[in-house]
Amino acid sequence: MPTADGRRDGADGPRPVNGRHSALTLTVNGTPHALTLDHRTTVLDLLREHLGLTGTKKGCDHGQCGACTVLVDGRRANSCLLLAVAHDGRRITTVEGLADADRLHPLQEAFLERDALQCGYCTPGQICSAVGVLAEAADGFPSHVTPDTAPSGAPVALTADEIRERMSGNLCRCGAYPRIVEAVADAAAAGAGVGGR
Amino acid sequence: MSHPPEEAPFPPGPPPHPLGDPLVRREGREKVTGTARYAAEHTPDGCAYAWPVPATVVRGRITELDTGAALALPGVIAVLTHENAPRLAPTGDPTLALLQEDRVPHRGWYVALAVADTLEAARDAAEAVQVSYATEPHDVTLTADHPRLYVPAEVFGGPGARERGDFDAAFAAAPATVDVTYTVPPLHNHPMEPHAATALWTHGHLTVHDSSQGATRVREDLAALFKLGQDQITVHSEHVGGGFGSKGTPRPQVVLAAMAARHTGRPVKLALPRRHLPAVVGHRAPTLHRVRLGAGPDGVITALAHEIVTHTSTVAEFVEQAAMPARIMYTSPHSRTVHRLAALDVPTPSWMRAPGEAPGMYALESAVDELAVVLDLDPIDLRIRNEPGTEPDTGRPFSSRHLVDCLRAGAARFGWSSRDPRPAVRRQGDLLLGTGVAAATYPVQISATDAEAHAAADGTFRVRVNATDIGTGARTVLAQIAAAALGAPADRVRVEIGSSDLPPAVLAGGSTGTASWGWAVHKACTVLLARLREHRGPLPAEGVTVTEDTRRETEQPSPYSRHAFGAVFAEVQVDTRTGEVRARRLLGQYAAGHILNPRTARSQFVGGMVMGLGMALTEDSALDPVYGDFTARDLAAYHVPACADVPAIEAHWLDEEDPHLNPMGSKGIGEIGIVGTPAAIGNAVWHATGVRLRDLPLTPDRILTARAAPLT
Repeated sequence: MPTADGRRDGADGPRPVNGRHSALTLTVNGTPHALTLDHRTTVLDLLREHLGLTGTKKGCDHGQCGACTVLVDGRRANSCLLLAVAHDGRRITTVEGLADADRLHPLQEAFLERDALQCGYCTPGQICSAVGVLAEAADGFPSHVTPDTAPSGAPVALTADEIRERMSGNLCRCGAYPRIVEAVADAAAAGAGVGGR
Repeated sequence: MSHPPEEAPFPPGPPPHPLGDPLVRREGREKVTGTARYAAEHTPDGCAYAWPVPATVVRGRITELDTGAALALPGVIAVLTHENAPRLAPTGDPTLALLQEDRVPHRGWYVALAVADTLEAARDAAEAVQVSYATEPHDVTLTADHPRLYVPAEVFGGPGARERGDFDAAFAAAPATVDVTYTVPPLHNHPMEPHAATALWTHGHLTVHDSSQGATRVREDLAALFKLGQDQITVHSEHVGGGFGSKGTPRPQVVLAAMAARHTGRPVKLALPRRHLPAVVGHRAPTLHRVRLGAGPDGVITALAHEIVTHTSTVAEFVEQAAMPARIMYTSPHSRTVHRLAALDVPTPSWMRAPGEAPGMYALESAVDELAVVLDLDPIDLRIRNEPGTEPDTGRPFSSRHLVDCLRAGAARFGWSSRDPRPAVRRQGDLLLGTGVAAATYPVQISATDAEAHAAADGTFRVRVNATDIGTGARTVLAQIAAAALGAPADRVRVEIGSSDLPPAVLAGGSTGTASWGWAVHKACTVLLARLREHRGPLPAEGVTVTEDTRRETEQPSPYSRHAFGAVFAEVQVDTRTGEVRARRLLGQYAAGHILNPRTARSQFVGGMVMGLGMALTEDSALDPVYGDFTARDLAAYHVPACADVPAIEAHWLDEEDPHLNPMGSKGIGEIGIVGTPAAIGNAVWHATGVRLRDLPLTPDRILTARAAPLT
């Protein structure tokens, strides 16, 4: 049943097992997982500690750095701020779910080619965030730097300033930002955002 | 085992020269697909989770530790405290004497460690630990006239204080002088991967995955702490999410994880919470600078004094050696360079990218800019007039020094020649625009390292060395060095790094990695190639292996003064309404020997400049005098640059020939990018506004306050 905010819970919603745990279903990278989880478990810790999907990184655990960015039903989110029990029935895409078997996602290719990474710890979050950026721009979401005169709801051209603004939730202490902007621009120019999610 | 035809694989075809090629970093695919595993991403069977408990007082003793409520929580296995934790042997690093006694030397010092079946339970348990303290008076406030200041006998690379000539007389006689003070606040490394370790004891053997810049050193320290043989410990640091100095030597996480694993009999994983890091992994100590320059009317400096005041903790002495660059930069027949420090009740400082050079060159290069204004000289011209023939401090010849070439080449690329020197005359609406320049430098150091080179019967090679790739591209450049030495294509060379099972190596720090590891790799490969050339007939099935080290090559100090140099140019805008400074352009021009991989080198130069941008404009911490805590402990309060803060940044380099370095002719490049950038930005802010700010960072409140004051 769709809830008021439009999301769908799993078949029966999260089912309390005891006062501390509930059973729920989450689809991660296309695979449904039936889980019984501590109510305190975040989506980030679920991915890393329960499902072995350690591509999603924990940088601050407080929604300040973006290293844990994943896509929830196609939109980017800081998974450290999401309690898993509140996400029954949702579809999560992580960095492990972007490549098509051995064929990298165009953003992954662009990050490699531009050397848009150094230590690599923020990289999965940057790439997931960029996937979200391409989709948001294609869907006409404005940003702080989108001109006031831009037609409402029309796709937004991803200029360097747009990319810088939209990628500013993902910190990179190695300072790869100039290369990251180039990589996202490459992928946008190659049409990676169109139907990309 | 198939043997190759006799004529192959040696010599291996046309000579490729992969040194200098922009090869894609070898582990890049693992990093962009999320399969590269970092220290906390190993979960052995039965793994437990730990969460540390920091002290909530500044100085004192623990009088009571009540772990009952914590232990009563579901899933909690143990709470380690100084009363029950494994005993550690004393070592040279007292910051690792964790949970050994009741003393609290600074706020945030760890006093307990909760261990539980799950991360959630461990965190809950840590919060439930009740600690009572007997507090003692504390002092965390550094002042220029602090009564406990002393001059350390040694700082890294030289004496704590140095006098040449008669500074006082020369300064008094100089017709043109500046006498100015600058401050740099405490700064935090904050690598994106928090310090983490996973530890496992198996039949008396300790295996750890540690987020470290050097697994060899971690193994040595763990062996000393736990009184084990080196062969009883394995340390893996395969992928490391940045360090910037804060993972240079072992930090608390690896010791605590190993203690907890021994105490509980379970594998234990510990990732330090982000907000804990400033207190326990080191920080850049604040520095108060007084710089005095005296020059003749020709602009030639006759007297130079750089005196710095900084803090260390009561636990260990660490000196931010910020007066060091003044000993090598400019002509200065009469010179005084002094470090003074006070041991306060503060967290122990440590290395942060370009320790000494980053804050020291901020002050020195700002003062040189001020002198140019006094003399009405172009700041590039002033620097050229003070270019020394030999190192001013020792008289040693430079192995190579191309600062002037960097200034000139950078100026041409940046468009410096059309610059109007007058301040505060370029207005665009509410914005004032300005440009600035500063020099950069970083020393060349090389440490002894072991490396193994192996030729397999199938014509491929394998190089093994316990190097660490903290984001520099070490795997890639070592493959290039090996391939060049072997005359083989780089894709025929496998590189194994990041484990103490490999030949021991110096840690990734001080911009020494590529030179130190690379020299050993080069030597092993060169010996291997000679062995192969002597070899008749097919290689044996087990191949040929040689191991070499560079102790002999590195034991003697060089007769040369060896440093990389550079010039940084900045264009800024200052918003006169909000006081916000934004960098519009940054351009770095460097001379750092041969650049071995331009793709990864560019990333390092630019990355350093981005950190310099943060140091100039946004990164700010302080010690709260009452609570003894850093005021900015997480990434919401401590503002590292974000994507929108970072403008077009260019990094260029001269191909510098220097035969006095190592077989690759390379200087380190990991740190020089942060040096010079803050001064270039500060000097551009003066050019934009006519206001000289001397306290970093250049935040809007400071800009507005200074602009409201009468111009000085």
